[in-house]
Amino acid sequence: MTEHFPVLILLVPLFGALIVVLLGRERPDQCWVTSLISLGVSSLISFFTVIAVLSGKVQTLRYRMGGWPESDGYEVGIELRVDILAALVVFAVTFVGFVNTIYSKTRAGAEVRGKVPFFYALIQLLIVGLCGIVMTNDAFNLYVLIEITSLTSYALIAMGNRRAALSSFNYVIMGTIGASFYLIGVGYLYIKTGTLNIDDIRMVLEQKNLWEHQSIIVAFIFIMLGVWTKMAFFPLHGWLPNAYAYAPSMTGTFMAPLMTKVMVYVMIRVMVWIFGNEFVYSSQPMWGEIVIWMSVLAIVAGSLLALARTDIKKILTYLIVAEVGYMVGGSWLADGVGQAGAFYHILSDAAMTFCLFIAASIIVLRVGDSRVNAFDGLFRKMPLTMIGFTVGALSMIGLPPTCGFFSKWYLISAGIEAGHWGYVCALIFSSLVNAVIFFRIFERAYFGKISGVKEDHFPSDSDANPDIRIKEVPWSMLVPLFIASGSVLLLGIMNRSLFEWIQAALKMMNT
Amino acid sequence: MTEFSFIPLFTWIVSLLAVPGILLFRKRPDAREGITFLAAFLKLGMIFMMLPLIREGKILCFKFGEILPGIPIEFRVDGLGMLFALVASSLWILTTLYSLGYMRGLKEHDQTRFFVCFALSLSATIGVAFAGNLLTLYIFYEILSLSTYPLVTHHGDKEARSGGRTYLSHLLGTSVAFVLPAMIYCYWKSGGDLNFTDGSLLSTNIGSDAGLIVLLAFTLGFAKSGLMPFHSWLPNAMVAPTPVSALLHAVAVVKVGVFCVLRVFTGVFGTDLIAELDIAAVISYVAAFTIIVSSLIALTQDNLKRRLAFSTIGQLAYIVLGVSFLTSNGVTGSAMHIATHAFGKITLFFCAGAIFVATGKKYVSQMVGLGRQMPVTMLAFLFGSLSIIGLPPFGGAWSKWYLFLGALEADQLAMAVVLIISSILNIAYLLPIPINAFFRRPPQEDGQAETIEIKEAPMACVVPLSITAVGGLLLFLFPELGFELAQLLTKK
Repeated sequence: MTEHFPVLILLVPLFGALIVVLLGRERPDQCWVTSLISLGVSSLISFFTVIAVLSGKVQTLRYRMGGWPESDGYEVGIELRVDILAALVVFAVTFVGFVNTIYSKTRAGAEVRGKVPFFYALIQLLIVGLCGIVMTNDAFNLYVLIEITSLTSYALIAMGNRRAALSSFNYVIMGTIGASFYLIGVGYLYIKTGTLNIDDIRMVLEQKNLWEHQSIIVAFIFIMLGVWTKMAFFPLHGWLPNAYAYAPSMTGTFMAPLMTKVMVYVMIRVMVWIFGNEFVYSSQPMWGEIVIWMSVLAIVAGSLLALARTDIKKILTYLIVAEVGYMVGGSWLADGVGQAGAFYHILSDAAMTFCLFIAASIIVLRVGDSRVNAFDGLFRKMPLTMIGFTVGALSMIGLPPTCGFFSKWYLISAGIEAGHWGYVCALIFSSLVNAVIFFRIFERAYFGKISGVKEDHFPSDSDANPDIRIKEVPWSMLVPLFIASGSVLLLGIMNRSLFEWIQAALKMMNT
Repeated sequence: MTEFSFIPLFTWIVSLLAVPGILLFRKRPDAREGITFLAAFLKLGMIFMMLPLIREGKILCFKFGEILPGIPIEFRVDGLGMLFALVASSLWILTTLYSLGYMRGLKEHDQTRFFVCFALSLSATIGVAFAGNLLTLYIFYEILSLSTYPLVTHHGDKEARSGGRTYLSHLLGTSVAFVLPAMIYCYWKSGGDLNFTDGSLLSTNIGSDAGLIVLLAFTLGFAKSGLMPFHSWLPNAMVAPTPVSALLHAVAVVKVGVFCVLRVFTGVFGTDLIAELDIAAVISYVAAFTIIVSSLIALTQDNLKRRLAFSTIGQLAYIVLGVSFLTSNGVTGSAMHIATHAFGKITLFFCAGAIFVATGKKYVSQMVGLGRQMPVTMLAFLFGSLSIIGLPPFGGAWSKWYLFLGALEADQLAMAVVLIISSILNIAYLLPIPINAFFRRPPQEDGQAETIEIKEAPMACVVPLSITAVGGLLLFLFPELGFELAQLLTKK
C-alpha cells in the first residue's frame, strides 16, 4: 500500500476537483464538504507518507507513473520520488490546504459568490500542482506542474476585488517569464544530457564530466532566474504584494504561505539534486557571494518596504519578500547548516505566514478596515484572534519558543560559520524591523481606543463593562487560526528532530 | 557534585501555576491575593529546602528535553543562582503585601492583570536565576521583558505608552541585536555547547579581538543591567506603579541584567580566560563612566523615582565593575551587592510609593518637613540611603568593602577612586532627602494648622518597608550566608 501513497496524494484532490465541478451545478452547498473530505484524505495520506519515509524501512519512495518498466538506460516514464524533504513539504501543502478549506466555509460564499464550485475546484488543482512540483523527479514534468499552479492561481487571484484582475495580470506576465526561463534551462540540459529524469541528468553530467561546459552553466543560470522570479526574490518581487493582498481572503491565506516556499524547495532541489554542491558552490565562487548579497538586499528591502506600509496585508506580503531573502541566502551559504536551515525555514515560514494571514483576514473582515488602525483595542474586543496573531508575530520577530526563533538560530549560525557577516547583520536587522512593525500593532491593540468607549475611561474589569463586547468570528475561522498558531509552536518545539532529518536527507543526496 | 532534583522545577513553576488561580478569582480580590501569597510562600519554602544542599556545595539540576542539538532547557542551581533566587523570592512576599496596600489605596484599575503579570515575571526571574545554559537564560530573559511590559505601561496613558516603547525597544532590541549573535557565535566556537561549566565555555583560540567583541556584545546586550549607553529605559520605566518599580526595577529586572553579566564573566568566559585575553579593562571603563555620570544626573533629578532610577543605574554598574576586576574579592563583592543593594533600593522605592499614597507627593522639593508627618517611612528611607551609600551598620557596607578590596587587589587605583567619588555623590543625592524631612519645617501656607498630625500610608505599605529597612541592618550583622553563596562562585 505504502508504495502507492505518492500518486494517491495527487489523485484524491484531482478527482475531488472534478467532482466539485460536477456537483456544483446541482448542489453548490456540497462543494465545501467534498473538498474538505478530499483534502483531508490527501493530507492524511501525506502524513502517513512522512511516517513511512521516516520509519527506516523506506528512505525514499519511488513511483513510476503508468507503470513504465525499468529500462537499462534512462528512465522513459515520469517518476515520482518522495524522500523526507519532499514528504514534509507535501504534508505542509496538503495540510495547509485542508485547514484553509475549513477557514473558507463561510468566506467562499461571501467573497466569490456564484463561483464557489470553481473556487474549490481550482484550489484543489492548485494543490495537485504544488504536490506534483515537490514530488516529481522529471525536470520537464516539473515545468508542466509549475504552469498548472500558475494558471490556477491566476484564476484564483482574479476572483478577488476589482484591483485583483490587474494584479493577476501582472502576475501572469512575470509568472510566464519565470516559467519560460526555467524551461529554457531545462532545454539546455536535455540537449546536453539527452534525458529529463533528474537522477539521470545528474548521472550523465557526472559520467561525461560536463561541469565546465558553457551550456550547463547557462542552463543553471536560466533555471535559477526562472525560479527566483516565481518565488518573488527581490528585485523580481513586483507581482507579489498586490496579488496576495487583493486576492479573495481564502486564496491569500493559502497562496501566501505556500507558493513561494514551494519554489524555494525547487531551488534547493535543483541546486542539490541536479547540479550538486560542488558545482554550485565551488566551481564559481563568485556566484555564492553575489547571490548572498542579493539576498541581503532582499531582506533589508523587504523589511523596509513592510515598515513603510500601513495596510496590514501589504505589510505581511512584503515580509514574505524578506523571508524569501532569508531562504535564498541560507541555501547559498555553501555549508550544510545553511541549506538545512533554509529548508527548516520553508516549513516554519509557511506556518507563521499562514497564521498571520488568517489572523489578518479575520481582523480585516470583522473591523472592515485593512489599515493598522483596525487593530485599535482588539486585545479586549477579539482576544482569541489576537492571541493567534501574537503567536505568529512573535515568530516573525524570532522569539523563543516559536519556530521563527529556531530558523533564525540555524540561519545565523550558518552565516557565522561561513563568515558572512553581512547576511548575519541582515537577519538581525530584519528581526528588529519586524519587532518595530509588530509591537506598533500590539500597542494599538493593547491601548487603542475602542470605538463606543469614552476616552481615558479604563474599566476596572473589562468583562464587567457592557460597552466592550467580545465579538469573535465563527469557529470555522478561529479553529484554523489556532491550528496554525499551534503548529508555529509545535514546529519550534520539534525543531531538533526536524533539523536532524533534514540534514541527514540533504547529506544523503550529496553523496 | 551535580544532583538531579525536581525542586528547581517546582520552584519555577509555582508562580506560573498561580496565574490561572489569580484569573479564576478575579472577582474576589481577597482570594486572588491569597493565591499570590500562597505561591510566594511556597516558592520561598522550596528555596529554603534547597539551601542546605547548595551550601554543601552540591549543584541541583533539572533537564527538559534537548531543544537544539546538544542544548537542553536546563535548570542548574548553584551558589550565585541560589543567592539571587533567595533575594528575589523573599522580596516578592513583601512586595505583594506592599502592592496590596498601594493598589487598593489608590484604587488602581486592572488589578488582576497586574498580579498575573507580576507572577509571570517572578517565574521568569527564577528561570534566569536557575538557568543552566545560555539558551535557557536567554529565553527567560526575553519572557521577562515581555511579561513586565504590561506592568510598566499599567496606566495606559500617553506617558506610559512612550515609556513602554522605550522599555521594550531597548531591552528586546539589544538582546536580539547583540546577545543572540554572540550566543550563536559561542555555540559555534565551542562546538555546540552552551552550558555554564565551572571552567569556561570558550577557550583561548577565540583571540583577543573577537573575545572583546563577544564580551562587549554580551555586556551591553543584557541591557537590563542598565550600563550606559543603553540605560535610558530605566528612568522611563518609572511611569510604572511604584510596587513594580520597587520589585522589578530595583530587584528583579535590573538584577537579572547584572546577573547575566556575572554569568557571562564566570560561566561563559571564566575570569581566567578574560584575564588571559586582557579584555576586561574596557568593561571597567564603561562601568566607571556609568557610575559617575549616572550619579551626577541623579543629583539633578527632582522627581524622587527618577532620582532613585539613576541611582540604580550607578549601583548596577558597581556590580559590573566588581566582576570586571576579575579578582575573587571583586566577584564576591558583586554577588553580595546584588543582595544588599536589593534590600536598600527596595526600601527607598517602597518609601517613595508610601509617600505618594499618603500625600500624593512625587518631587523631592515637596518632601521638606515630611518627617513629622511620616516618621516611620522617613526613618526607613534614612536606613535605605545609608545602606546604598555603604555605611555601617548596613549591609551595603560589606559589598562596597569587598568591591574596594577587589579594586586594590587588581591594582586598579583609579577604579578605587571612582568608588570613593561615587560614595560621596551617593551621600549628596540621597541624604538631603531624610535630613530635610526631619530637620526643616514644611513651608507654611496661610490658614494651615501649626501642629502636624502623623499620617502614614496604610499598614500594608508601612510594614514591608520597615521589614526591608531592618533587613538591610540584619545583612550587616549576619552576612555569612550571602558570603558563603557568593564564594561558591569563585571557589574552584
